[in-house]
Amino acid sequence: MNRLKRIEEAIFRIFTGLAAYSVIAILAFIICIIFMKGFNALSFEMIIHVPKGGYYYGGEGGVLNAIVGSLYIAFGATIMAVIIGVPAALYINVHLIRRKKTQNTIRYFLDALWGIPSIVYGAFGFTLMLYLGMHASLLAGIITVALLITPIMVRTFDEVLSTIPKGLHEASLALGSTKTEMAFKILFKQGFSGFITAVLLSFGRGIGDAASVLFTAGYTDLIPVNLDEPAATLPLAIFFQLSSPIPEVRDRAFAAAALLTIIILIISIGARYLSKKFSVTTIK
Amino acid sequence: MLFRRIVIDKITSTWMILTMSLILMLPLLIGTGLYMKALPMFGQQGFLHLIGTAEWSPSQGKFGFWPFIASSLYVTIISFLMSAPVCLLAAIYLTQFSSVRLVRIMHPIIDILAGLPSVIYGVWGILVIVPFVSNLLAPVFKINSTGYSILSGGIVLAVMCIPYMLNMIIEVFNTVPVGLKEAALSLGATLWESVKHVVVKKSFPGIISAYGLGLAKAFGETIAVMMVVGNRVQVTSNPFEAGYPLPALIANNYGEMLSIPQYDSALMFAALLLLLIILTINLLFRYFIYKTREQ
Repeated sequence: MNRLKRIEEAIFRIFTGLAAYSVIAILAFIICIIFMKGFNALSFEMIIHVPKGGYYYGGEGGVLNAIVGSLYIAFGATIMAVIIGVPAALYINVHLIRRKKTQNTIRYFLDALWGIPSIVYGAFGFTLMLYLGMHASLLAGIITVALLITPIMVRTFDEVLSTIPKGLHEASLALGSTKTEMAFKILFKQGFSGFITAVLLSFGRGIGDAASVLFTAGYTDLIPVNLDEPAATLPLAIFFQLSSPIPEVRDRAFAAAALLTIIILIISIGARYLSKKFSVTTIK
Repeated sequence: MLFRRIVIDKITSTWMILTMSLILMLPLLIGTGLYMKALPMFGQQGFLHLIGTAEWSPSQGKFGFWPFIASSLYVTIISFLMSAPVCLLAAIYLTQFSSVRLVRIMHPIIDILAGLPSVIYGVWGILVIVPFVSNLLAPVFKINSTGYSILSGGIVLAVMCIPYMLNMIIEVFNTVPVGLKEAALSLGATLWESVKHVVVKKSFPGIISAYGLGLAKAFGETIAVMMVVGNRVQVTSNPFEAGYPLPALIANNYGEMLSIPQYDSALMFAALLLLLIILTINLLFRYFIYKTREQ
C-alpha cells in the first residue's frame, strides 16, 4: 500500500512538472519561431520607409506607416484611458473606502468588463462611429482602443491602491487635506509603481490589439497627420500581408511580427523593471 | 485659499464619479448600441430561428447563425480539452512542489505569454500548427487536410488560454490556508494525497470558475483563430475540416457589410450574441470567485 502511494506521488510529480515546464517551452518555442522567421526579412529599410509603389507585389518599401499608426493609436488611447481610468481607480479607493460592499461590486463588474472580447468593442466602436457620422479614422481607433483598455487600467491601478493602508488616508485627512488632495498627493504617489504598470500594460494591449481597430481605424499606406485620417496598425499590417500569396510579402509579414514581438517584450520587461524601481518604501 | 481648495475638490470629485459611472455603464452602452443596430434582424425572424438555422446567404437575406455558433463551440471545446489539464497540473506543481526559484522565473513568463498579441499567436499557428496538422496529424487518420482547420484553431486557442487560466488557478490555490494542508500531512498523508484531497478539493469552485472564464475567453478570441481556422461556412463534425467561428465572421466581413442590405445588422447581431454569452459566463463565474474569496 505504501509503495503504491509513493509510486502515485512520483508519477504525479513528473506529470505536473512536465506541465509546468511545458509552459516555459511554449514561450521559448513561439519566440524562437517568430524571430527565426522574422529576422531573415527584417531590415533597417523596413522600419524607416512607408510602402512604395508595388509594395504589395513584392516591391520596395517598409511598414513605417503601420509602426507610426500603432504608436499613435496606443499613445492616444493610453492618454484617454489615463484621463478616464485614474480618477475612477482613485474614486474606488478614496470615496468608497468605507463601503467594502460597493467596492467589491465595482471590482466585480470591472473584472467582467475585462473579459469582453475586443471584437465586440470593435463592433461597438463601429456603430458609435456611424452614429456620430465619422469615418474610419485615427480618432475612432483611439476611442475604441481607449474603451478596451480602460477597465484594464482601472483594475491594475486599483490592485496596487487597495494595498495602501487606511492609516495613511486618515493621517492626511487629519492634517486637513481635502479628499482630492489626499487622492493625488498621497495615494497617487504611494501607488505610483502601480500606475506605471497599469499604463504600460494598457499600452501593450493597445498596440497589439487587432480586432478592435479593424473596423474603426481603417488602413492606409500613408502616415496619418490628422485625427480624421485613417491609420494603419502593425497587427493589421501583419494580418493583411500574411494573406498575400507572394512569398516576399509574406516574409515581410513575418518581419513585422518579429518587430511587434520585440516591442511587446520591451514593454513587458520595462513594466517589471520600472514598477520595481518606482515602488516607494512599503508602509505596513 | 480654502475656497479654491474646496472648489477644486468638488470639481475633481464630480469628474471621478462621472468617469466611474461611464465605465460601469459601458456594458449597457455596448449592449444597447449593438441591439439598436441588430434590431432589423429581430423584426424579420425570431431569435431561435436566427441561431437555430444553418442557411447563410446574405445576398438573399437568409441569415442562419448555426454554422458559426457550432464552429465557435467546437473550437472552444477542443481548446478547452487541451489546455485545462495542462493548466491544472502546472498550477499544482508551481504552488506545491516547485522551488521558489522556478516560481520566480515563471511569473514573468506567464505575463509575457498573456501579453503577446493574438496576431502573433496567429502567425505562429500558420508557421507551426497548420503544417503540423496537414503533414503529420491528418495522414495518421488517413485524411486529406489543408491544415487550416477547426483542430488548428483549437490548438492555437489552447496555447493562448494557458497563461490566462494558469494565472487564475495559481491564485485560487494560494488562497487555500497552509494550515489545512499541514493538518492533512500531520495525519500521515503524503504530500500528493494532501494536495489531492485537501488543496484541490478545497479550491474546486475556484478551479471551475477559472475554467469557465477560460472558456469565455476562448469563445471571443478573434484574429488568431481566424488566421488558422479556414473560414468556410459549413456544419461539420470532422475537426480536420475548416470552420467559421462567430468572431471571425464579424472580423472578415466588415468590408462588404455596408454593400449588402441587412448584412451589417446581421454582423451586429453576431457581436451582440458574443457579448451576451461572454458577459453572462463572466458575471456568473466571477461571482463564484468573489464568494470564495470572501469566505
